[in-house]
Amino acid sequence: MLLSYLPILIYMVIAAGLVGLIVLLSELLGKKKHFPSKDMPYECGMDPIGDARSRYHVRFYVIAMFFIVFDVEAIFLYPWGVVFKQLGWFGFVEMAIFIFVLVVGLVYVWGKGALEWE
Amino acid sequence: MVVPVNYYLGLSLALFTLGAIGVLIRRNILIILMCIEMMLNAVNLAFIGFADAFKAVDGQIFVFFVMTVAAAEVAVGLALVIAIYRNRATVYVDDLNILKW
Amino acid sequence: MSLTIPTFSLASIGPWLTLSVAAIAILVWDALSKERPAAVPAVSLAALVIAAVQSLTLLGKKGTDFAGMVYVDGFTALAYLILILGAALTIFLSWRYLEEYGKNLSEYYALLLFATTGMMIMVAGAHLIMIFLGLEVMSIAVYVLAGFLREDLKSNEAAMKYLVLGAFSSAILLFGMALIYGAAGGTLYLNELAKKLAVTKAVTQPLILLGLGLIVVGFGFKVAAVPFHMWTPDVYEGAPTSVTAYMAVAVKAAAVATFLRVLYVSFPGFAADWTWLLWGLAVATMTLGNVVAIAQTNIKRMLAYSSIAHAGYLLVGLVAANQLAAVGILYYLLAYTLMNIGAFAAILLVSRQQDRYLNIYDYCGLGRQHPGLAAAMSVFMFALAGMPPTAGFVGKLYIFAAAVQAGYIWLVILAVMNSLVSVYYYLRITVLMYMRPAEADLGPVSFTPAVTATLAATALAVVLVGIFPGWFYDLAAASVKIFSL
Repeated sequence: MLLSYLPILIYMVIAAGLVGLIVLLSELLGKKKHFPSKDMPYECGMDPIGDARSRYHVRFYVIAMFFIVFDVEAIFLYPWGVVFKQLGWFGFVEMAIFIFVLVVGLVYVWGKGALEWE
Repeated sequence: MVVPVNYYLGLSLALFTLGAIGVLIRRNILIILMCIEMMLNAVNLAFIGFADAFKAVDGQIFVFFVMTVAAAEVAVGLALVIAIYRNRATVYVDDLNILKW
Repeated sequence: MSLTIPTFSLASIGPWLTLSVAAIAILVWDALSKERPAAVPAVSLAALVIAAVQSLTLLGKKGTDFAGMVYVDGFTALAYLILILGAALTIFLSWRYLEEYGKNLSEYYALLLFATTGMMIMVAGAHLIMIFLGLEVMSIAVYVLAGFLREDLKSNEAAMKYLVLGAFSSAILLFGMALIYGAAGGTLYLNELAKKLAVTKAVTQPLILLGLGLIVVGFGFKVAAVPFHMWTPDVYEGAPTSVTAYMAVAVKAAAVATFLRVLYVSFPGFAADWTWLLWGLAVATMTLGNVVAIAQTNIKRMLAYSSIAHAGYLLVGLVAANQLAAVGILYYLLAYTLMNIGAFAAILLVSRQQDRYLNIYDYCGLGRQHPGLAAAMSVFMFALAGMPPTAGFVGKLYIFAAAVQAGYIWLVILAVMNSLVSVYYYLRITVLMYMRPAEADLGPVSFTPAVTATLAATALAVVLVGIFPGWFYDLAAASVKIFSL
């Protein structure tokens, strides 16, 4: 049973070995010269501006949290979608109520001004 | 190839234990929240494994509920982290020491 | 292939619908209006009254609805009524208190209603998904309530601790449910679990015991049983006082009622295993709660430890596992709701403004300055200590009698000794109020109508329910017939 996965294992060993070999060779054969512009992080040839750890505005977190909460509720649409035909109008109405509650959440968030960017 | 239910259960137990240890020993709130997520995912794995073994769907449906609830919980948790960070500038539980722990 | 949609009656979940619709309406109303709608507390109270009426119609019923997902019976209805009472009394305590912090927001009431809905879903849950969902709806709302004073460091901290430990305990409870699901061979219905577990017991015994243990730990966190109580004092002290009152009574009531149902319906076949476990938990909880409460000088912390001790008495009832015990637990939850909310009403009045005076020595001389307030507080302290003729005494009497009936003599002896210890710190408050002169002038107590009315009503109710326990006993005794104990 497991034997049928043997080619994958061989492939993985070869891939890992090749990568190791190339890194090793470039380490052994390559020249080692350091100068400031070489040690800089590579950013499409541009000189990097500022620190990479800049702080984001808290609004990004707020939007991200709304996204998570609303996004995850979409899980319930999948099992419903699978049996949509069999459930008929009853299922449709139930899901409409569910979506309505989510919309109410959105209205609340909107009304509170949490989506205002300025 | 069918994965036996014991394997699922073993992996889930290991994940759950790792998560629980993480909650107890880590001091960064964000990492603690991640460890709790890990525990919940261990639960999900156990449910899916059992549901698969019994050819039942109720375990899988439970997983949906766990996931949505976990999202809500983490949203509240992150909101609290932001509130604390604004007031105290810390994300470490050791610094939450106004009340005796 | 066609699916048959099970028949159901919305009346079975009427109270949930009323409260959740009211909460959603409050949120939308608040978001869409320019100013803070002032009528929100009144609307929430009205919703609670309607929900109470709907619960009353469920009293005589028996059975389940929504394809076996929801219990519709007297036990559920009584639990609903106790939870609604707790929520309604909390609202009475809330608005002036929140006003002081400038935080009388509509969201508070919406969250309170959501939390109450979650508790109802939990106590009525006949399926593990329902119990989990109710538990989380309740918990998430209460996490936010605990952190409601967003600029207050203590409130932040309390909410964070509650969230981390609450989520941790939910994960443990869930893992227990997953193991039980697996051990039973795939069912999540409480009543089917008992049957299936009896069949699979021979093979899956270790898995069942592990799952059961994890479920006990999970509920242990929620009811604040030792050794899972560490969060209680901190969270109770840091949370807004009105929320502390709510957490102490309603969260505990919901968790205990659900715990009772899960143990008695799903695990009667394993009574020998869980009784000794709960026996140990009960003794540890009572003893630690009462002993540590003696050392407290902050009254909110003292009541936190007292609530741990009361969780211990309730666990004694769970151990006893007979009809009288179930009745006793319901009665005790009612009595505890009344006396604890009353005590918190007194605390709110004595603390003047923004929780300024929470030390127990701030109660010195209260008997002279405000005889009415001091008398009411004494009633609550006597009741919490379990002295006749209050409701606290009758509750303990039922529970201890049930434990004796079940043959747990030692447990009862330990519980009675614990009650004697508790008399010390409860009566210390009374002694301070009447025997000691005031240490400093703390300023006038502003008796607002809502809080004063709550204080008076609960004091009266604690005594009346204590003197006339019969009507509730009859109701409860009829309702717990559903448990085959």
